[in-house]
Amino acid sequence: MRLYEYEGKILAQKVGIPVPAGKMVDSPEKAREVAGEIKGEVVVKAQILLGGRGKAGGVRFASDPGEAEKVTREMLATRVRDRKVEKVLVEKKLEIVEEMYLGITIDEINKRMILLAGKTGGVEVEAIAQKPGAGFARALVDPFIGVPGFRAKELAKHLGATDKGLGALGNIVSRLYALVQKFDASVAEINPLVKTKDGSYLAADCRVEIDDDAIFRQKELESLGIFPREERGREPTELERKGAEIDRVDHRGVAGRVVEFDGDTALIIGGGGASLTVFDAILKYGGKPANYCEIGGNPTVRKLQLLTELILSKPGVKRLAVVTNVLSNTRVDLVARGVIKGMLNRGLDPRNFPVVFRVPGAWEDEGFRILDKYGIKYFDRTHTMDEAAQYICQMGRS
Amino acid sequence: MSILINEKTRILVQGITGREAATFTKDMMDYGSKVVAGVTPGKQGQKVHGIPVFDTVKEAVEKQKANAAVVSVPPAFAKDAVMEAADGGLSPIACLTERIPKRDVIEMVAYADLKGVKIIGPNSPGVISPAKKAKLGFLGGNNPERAFRPGHIGVVSRSGGMCTEVANLISNAGMGISTAIGMGGDSVVGSTYLDYFPLFEQDPETHAVVLFCEPGGTKEDVLAEWIPGHFTKPVVAFFGGKFVDNMPGMRFGHASVIVRPGSGATKDKTRLFQQAGVRVVEVYSDIPKALREMLQERVKKSGKAISAARKKSRPAKPQAKKIKKTGKAKKAGKKR
Repeated sequence: MRLYEYEGKILAQKVGIPVPAGKMVDSPEKAREVAGEIKGEVVVKAQILLGGRGKAGGVRFASDPGEAEKVTREMLATRVRDRKVEKVLVEKKLEIVEEMYLGITIDEINKRMILLAGKTGGVEVEAIAQKPGAGFARALVDPFIGVPGFRAKELAKHLGATDKGLGALGNIVSRLYALVQKFDASVAEINPLVKTKDGSYLAADCRVEIDDDAIFRQKELESLGIFPREERGREPTELERKGAEIDRVDHRGVAGRVVEFDGDTALIIGGGGASLTVFDAILKYGGKPANYCEIGGNPTVRKLQLLTELILSKPGVKRLAVVTNVLSNTRVDLVARGVIKGMLNRGLDPRNFPVVFRVPGAWEDEGFRILDKYGIKYFDRTHTMDEAAQYICQMGRS
Repeated sequence: MSILINEKTRILVQGITGREAATFTKDMMDYGSKVVAGVTPGKQGQKVHGIPVFDTVKEAVEKQKANAAVVSVPPAFAKDAVMEAADGGLSPIACLTERIPKRDVIEMVAYADLKGVKIIGPNSPGVISPAKKAKLGFLGGNNPERAFRPGHIGVVSRSGGMCTEVANLISNAGMGISTAIGMGGDSVVGSTYLDYFPLFEQDPETHAVVLFCEPGGTKEDVLAEWIPGHFTKPVVAFFGGKFVDNMPGMRFGHASVIVRPGSGATKDKTRLFQQAGVRVVEVYSDIPKALREMLQERVKKSGKAISAARKKSRPAKPQAKKIKKTGKAKKAGKKR
């Protein structure tokens, strides 16, 4: 789960990482109020879950509360990087003398957390980091030791800290790891990590991603006003919302996580890698998917029936493909029953409506018998998912 | 031979009294794998399909001489279960549990490294070596013989379902599997391609390796870098999810790219694989054809006969005659 900057900064403060004075607001009036409290120049930052805000007009300065109100009003009325801005962060403008980068993420090759410290921060940081001599230090973290003081000191030194700065910056390094551990973050970045004119170090921005699989034990997030949410990058469509409701009908199996597309070919496809493979195949053979929808874990007949009705209700859908890998535990006969019921409820005759099955696996003999009974074209495991995809793409075209 | 597991593998199932675990335990036993013990705290003295249940791994190892583990316990308890298996020296440990917090995964993997044992997964369907009738986990369900015929192709898959699907395709084409591994689809897994490939290189029974890959991460990039000079056998790879390259991506933060360059896009991974001599097929149906071609090229080069065919000891199956007509395999199938 990606956090907004202001949420990341709440967590940063919680572990003792200094952040600029400021507050998240959702109205121009409140922005004026906060700017008045801060005194002096402020920066108004659009809260969206995308980088590159600065260049897109999502970071603006204001010299007094009146201007902060005006800037906020404008920002809340526009879109930044095609995202609606609902909240802004109003912060004290810093007198920055240096911009650095500090991050912690997972190194999937070494199977450890890794600390990243760069002498140059900013939006171009990933390009800079690849250049030789760019001043990026990387340090793997032993999970049983964490980030000991000496490691934090080394990295602080690498970032150019001296005297008292060594301790101040070193603390930020070890506290960022504390944040990751305390809140089960899979990514935590301070970019830029700034040094101000008075020599102090602050997190000018803070990006945190919480491990979705650990949210169950992160009860403290809610008390900090951070609630679990689903990220799609856009609002769910009506069809997607209804799909999610179907998935909640009962807890058995997955059937209903729908992503809607513009095409005419409805898809009920096997989970994980198989769905990726089938979707590619449909596109390759000239098909236009109407949706992406995985099934797995042996969903009930009822869920499959409702799901089938839903995706066939989309205007312009001309064909249906039910294609999965060789299944180990999802029962073929239950899939067949559910889909056929759904078609019949929509008033579609499986003998006439273009539909193909390629669902081999558990209870397949019974499943094939049902498909035969309704005259539905199917492929068994001696034929690939590609063949089924090619077949459905040609159906109803001639 | 095979890698990771064989006829001497004595399996302990952690969480054996759970519904799922009891089911795949039965499937493993029916297949001929040696399940010798189960562990569920507080249930010592019970039996599941005749297999004795213990409170601790320590007792199970002492009494039943288990040497490998399957872990199927809820996510919140998985780290401790895997560490307990590692502490008992069991290897490999196939961790089937999905959705374990990453922080826990990192800790359990570090502990396994410390103990010198290998973790497969988490979020893995397990591993199977058909010629040895050895299987950890639920690959192939209650009928693994159909998808996993004994043979000489190694399989490593990031997707559980596609592990069986790819093996089924290879078996249907008249070839067979030496060892197939569901690597697990998570960003952190106990063992990656780099942990399995040296074993396949050493295994005389493995003549080629097939990979099922997905977009994201840099595991393929790192493998592509490693293969030249280290791996001498043919490798065929397929990527599911090529369409993801064309979806408007939501990038967040820079950290992963700073760790190691790599876009995660399949087109870039494909290019790196090709540069390393890996054959990347566009549709997975073409895997058998690519395998056959690469094995033949290898025969020509070395002058040695390396057969991709199934073991001779096995009676010829009707599918064997398909060897010569894979070219036509794309024709739409007939209804049974």
